[in-house]
Amino acid sequence: MKCRVCRGPAVIDIRRHNANFCQEHFLRYCRTQVEKTLKEFSMVKPGDRVLVAVSGGKDSLAVWDILLHLGYEATGLYVGLGLGEYYDVSGRHARRFAEERGLELIEVDIRGTYDIDVPTAASVTGRAPCSACGLSKRHVFDQATLAGDFDALVTGHNLDDEAAVLFGNVLHWQSDYLGRQQPVLPAGHGFPKKVKPLVRLGERETAAYCVLAGIDYLVEECPMAKGNKHLHYKAALNLIESESPGSKQAFYFGFLRNAVDLFSEQRTYSEPEEQRERTEPDDDVGMLRACEECGATTNSELCAFCRLVRSTAGTKPVPIAMTRKRN
Amino acid sequence: MLVKLRNPTRQEVIDGPISVVKLLNRLKVNREEVLVIQDGTLIPGDAVLSDNAVVEVRPVISGG
Ligand code: SF4
Ligand SMILES: [Zn+2]
Ligand SMILES: [Zn+2]
Repeated sequence: MKCRVCRGPAVIDIRRHNANFCQEHFLRYCRTQVEKTLKEFSMVKPGDRVLVAVSGGKDSLAVWDILLHLGYEATGLYVGLGLGEYYDVSGRHARRFAEERGLELIEVDIRGTYDIDVPTAASVTGRAPCSACGLSKRHVFDQATLAGDFDALVTGHNLDDEAAVLFGNVLHWQSDYLGRQQPVLPAGHGFPKKVKPLVRLGERETAAYCVLAGIDYLVEECPMAKGNKHLHYKAALNLIESESPGSKQAFYFGFLRNAVDLFSEQRTYSEPEEQRERTEPDDDVGMLRACEECGATTNSELCAFCRLVRSTAGTKPVPIAMTRKRN
Repeated sequence: MLVKLRNPTRQEVIDGPISVVKLLNRLKVNREEVLVIQDGTLIPGDAVLSDNAVVEVRPVISGG
């Protein structure tokens, strides 16, 4: 195998592009793909200050590294979710990355700040752990982005993540979710702009980027991910991809080109742009107002996160092993 | 050769020499879902691994 650019020995093949790359040209390929994505979707522009949500895993550390290479001022945000030893280890990876490069890493531990953690919140409220986790992360991301006056919040969602979510949304015809499955959510109604610069890179590529760029990421999976339906969707899509390389990219980008507007137009007359993203399925669609507790935009007295905190804080912590893994 | 695998973490001994693609087929692993790593760098699909090689087959799929 020879590198497409320099004809030197290749270290990786990207079958959907029918291309092989050496180390140097693979790293350049990843950075160019991200640069193109930032421009194409008007995600951020030179001079913007961004906050990167980092978990210590391959995607978030790769996107942080790439943004720095592209010249952006990028601060990290690590959220301690109380997921047992897993989260201690993931925090170490995030901290080491920041320390080695002299970067600022903001840390928010939800046990210290809100007296909750994901296993306890899931167990007390009967939510799936990933749902309690997602709600908590979104809340901390929003608040930290607004508090630090950043131009955008960056997350490490890659092509495989987006294709799997799209697959699930199509499978169940979740038209409201489909309407907002965009790589950029604009700022508005008191919410920050959110962007996903890795949507052109598959997760095999983000992992390869870390290995080749010398980034020591956490390889182990969150213990709550097992049995996650997204893992099944990914496995199904990868079966198709291995027979027909390029299928995931065609599926996701074809959707953005041809269909997402149909679903988002359907939505705009019934609710404001940002409302459904931040509210929970069990919230009534009503008037937007400020949460009485935290000031976040919501459609009831308390936002969904503050309701979660209210029911969980003060209860006895539930060990991770006792959590039911419903997803 | 020695192959390190994860989820669960385990090791397998496979006879070499063998190409990376054949190794992954033998392990019934989809190439889209792993990287093959030797001495801290990536090994491409057409590389032939010798009988005394030590490689890691690292999954790249995250579920969170
Ligand atoms: S797998 Fe679920 S619980 Fe674990 S980090 Fe991801 S969303 Fe949170
Ligand atoms: Zn090259
Ligand atoms: Zn609130």
